[in-house]
Order: sequence, then structure tokens, then C-alpha cells
Amino acid sequence: MLKPTKIKSFFIEIGELTYFTKRFFKELFHKPFEFNELLKQCYSIGNRSLLLVGVTGFIIGLVITLQTRPTLEEFGAESWMPSMVSISIIREIGPVIIALTFAGRIASGIGAELGSMRVTEQIDAMEVSGTNPFKFLVVTRILASTIMLPILVVLGDAIALYGSYIIENLKGDVSFLLYFNKVFNALEFGDLIPATIKTYFFGFAIGLVGCFKGYYCEKGTVGVGLAANSAVVFSSMLLFIIDFIAVFVTDIFFEI
Amino acid sequence: MKEAVNISNSSISSDTHQPILEIRDLKKSFGNKAVLNGFNLKLYEGENLVIMGRSGAGKSVMVKCLVGLMLPDSGSINVMGQDINALNRMDLDKLRTEIGFLFQGSALYDSMTVRENLEFPLRRHKHKFGNITDTEPLVLEALERVGLVNTIDLMPNELSGGMQRRVALARALILKPKIILYDEPTSGLDPITSKEIIELMRRVQKQYKTSSLIITHDVDCARVVSERMILLVDGVNYAEGTFQALRASEDDKVKAFFK
Repeated sequence: MLKPTKIKSFFIEIGELTYFTKRFFKELFHKPFEFNELLKQCYSIGNRSLLLVGVTGFIIGLVITLQTRPTLEEFGAESWMPSMVSISIIREIGPVIIALTFAGRIASGIGAELGSMRVTEQIDAMEVSGTNPFKFLVVTRILASTIMLPILVVLGDAIALYGSYIIENLKGDVSFLLYFNKVFNALEFGDLIPATIKTYFFGFAIGLVGCFKGYYCEKGTVGVGLAANSAVVFSSMLLFIIDFIAVFVTDIFFEI
Repeated sequence: MKEAVNISNSSISSDTHQPILEIRDLKKSFGNKAVLNGFNLKLYEGENLVIMGRSGAGKSVMVKCLVGLMLPDSGSINVMGQDINALNRMDLDKLRTEIGFLFQGSALYDSMTVRENLEFPLRRHKHKFGNITDTEPLVLEALERVGLVNTIDLMPNELSGGMQRRVALARALILKPKIILYDEPTSGLDPITSKEIIELMRRVQKQYKTSSLIITHDVDCARVVSERMILLVDGVNYAEGTFQALRASEDDKVKAFFK
């Protein structure tokens, strides 16, 4: 059973995270803008996740197609395979799985990086040298994560569909043009737009939680490990909550 | 509030000089534990003032309050005529360019080269040097002062502990501050490197004509660099005077520092 102190500290943390979010939006619109650092973070975050997202996307495509094919074959509905795979990947599986792998890589990386900067007084040194560390370290990382995840998801989805096509080509002798023609015929704006919008929220949540855990890291080197670990756990949990809200809202507007 | 034991008047008299930095009745608690309990301090221009205290006595808390990294519970901190706690962010950042801070663990940015570490404080404060575009001469000058020009393109993890401390000092000096705060400048260093750092601190003070506040529990460091000392005990300035006078004191708590 959860102890009252644990429940209390959970709500305190939610309060602190809310304040942290408020501070992010406040600092976001105030000069000076750390544009060079933002570009550097976009490159770093995107580059660090590229291979992981590519491999994950490819395997998602292969596995979904391999697992679903026998069932569709039983009903003689193999021709529905591109439509089914594309809708499930674009709407749900692609964004969620890629965001989870992104959280594992980026939230932990940001948590550990900022955490170690905190315990070695680098953040204090930045503050004393007249640079706002929240703006330089936090705002740029959250923005970079928000910008890069949707791009990575689009890329990951494309690679997943290509993986699916390879299986279809090997097992069902379907050509590239036919496969992707069926994919695009099956997809509508109602599939693409909400799925893309929610990835911005995923990216924001991952960057926010990673920065929050790292920026307020305590207890020395042990704290750095805890910050990295809890950043992944907390951001993954948050992803599912955002996903549920996104699906719920999409259902209202697009009647999925 | 406990009265400070004035063991001996230092050569610098408060009647003739205006303090460049003044702390009055500073209080700071963490939960029920009062770390600073009415601490007072005056640092005069060109002076080397050493604060000694046991580990956990509140020395680092005091110095962090001094640069606005921590908010005190009460009391006033006046730096060059400005109340630190009354300043807005922009004015505080401007004032911070007049204060160099050498952190206990050097606190070099480990993802940046030595050059980038030194250029970092200049990013927002080029106006102090007439909005110069080329910062290289300033970086080289600061590194020359600490004798480490050849390390300019190295990463901090490629430097020894003593070299890191010297680079950190170069970074603290790059904006040519009027006050330098040293937080345990010799901690974690071997005796020979400690002596080099102490020597460097004296040289820097002469060259830049800075006022220095040195937080330490290294008696050798205090003996060499101090013009005046304050012993921080139980959150207050327990004793104040020159190194020699404090060393000759018969007070048990004062004697404990020099054993």
C-alpha cells in the first residue's frame, strides 16, 4: 500500500513540474534567444536517436506484417494488408513505440547530463557568469525534443512501412508501387494530422521530464542515476496519458 | 546574537575605507537547522579576507547567498553599493560580472573545450569590453595569467585537478572582476599543487588589484593569503583578526582551528 508520505511527495512533484512548465513558457518568449544552442541540441538529439528510431521502425513494420499475415490469409484478405498496417502504424504504433524508444534515449540522456551538471556545480557556474542556465540548458533542450520527435516519427513510420513492404514483397509478390498506392489510398488526413500533433506533445513531455529531473537533481552521483532512471519512467507514463487524451480528443473531432 | 571576538584589528580600518562588500545579520536555515545565524562581514577594496570554519559550518551557503545563488531568510548583502536581494535578474547579471567565483570542484563545463569555457562568460557581457567581436585576445590573456595557454583546445577531462583549478580561475578572471570569491581553492589537491594555486591567487590579486574572499579550512592557505580572517562558528563570526593574532588566541574554539 502507498504510504501517505509517498502520496504527498508525488503531489509535491506534480506541483513542481507544473511550476517548471510555467517557467519554461515564461522564459521561452523572453530575450535573449539561445538560437545557436537550440540548433546544436536539435542536431545532437536528432542524430543520437536516428539509428535507434530507424531500426525500431523497420522491425515494427516487419513484425506487424509477419504476425498479421496468417490471420488475413485465413480470410483471403491479404490485399487489405497495406491498408491495415499503414493505419495501425501511422495512427498509433509508430508514434507510441518511437516515442518510447526516444524517451529511453533522450529523457535519460538529458536527465543524466543536467543532473551531473547540477552536482558538479556547472549550472551554478553558468548562473554566476551571467547566463540564465534555465534558458540555455532547459528551454533549448525541451524545444529541440519537441521539434525533433515529430520528424523522427515521420521517418520511423516511413521505414516501418518499407519493412512491411519487404515482407509483402517476399511473401505475396506485391510491387513497391502497388503497396504504397494502397497505403496512401487507405490513409486520410484524420489519420495523419492528429497522429502528428500528438508527437509534438510527446516530444515536449519527454524533454520537459528529462530536464525537470536533471535540473533539480540532488544527492550527488546516486542522484544522477536516479534522475536518469526516473526521467524515463515518468516520461513513458506521461506518454501513455497524453496518448489516451489524444485518442479521446481525436475521436470527438474525427470520429475514428 | 553572539558578539564576534575581535582578536586584533587588521591593518585595514573601517574608518578610512568603504567596504566593497558588506553582509549584515545574514540568516539562513534548512528545515529546523540554522546554518547562518546572524553572520556579518565587511570586505574592503584590495583586501584578502579569509573565512574559516568547519565542514558544514555554512561557509559555502554564505558565499552562495552572496552571489544570489541562494536566497537568505533575512539580512542584507551589499555588493559595490547594491543590495543583491533587491536587484532584478538583469541588474544582478550585470553585477555578477564584477564578481569572479572559483568553485570548489572547478565546475568547468565538461562538454566544452578550455577555449569555450573561457568564452562562455563573454557571450553576454562583451559590452564590458566595448562589444568586441574577437574574444581570442581576452581568452589568451586569461590563460597566460595562469600559465596554461597550451591547453586552450583541450577538454576539461584531459587536465589534471590542479590544471582544472587554474583554468577555472582563468574563467573567473576573464571578465576582469573587482571581487573574487574562492570556495575551498585548495581542497582535493596535493600539497605542491596547493602551493601553486595559493601562489597564483597572490599573483592574481597583485595583477588585477582585486578584493578576495577566500573560504577555506586549509590553515597553510589562510596563513599565506590572508590579511584578515573571520572564524565562522555556529553560524556567526566567532572571531576576527589577523592570522597571527588568531593563532596566538587562548580561546579553545579558536585554538581548535590551528591544531
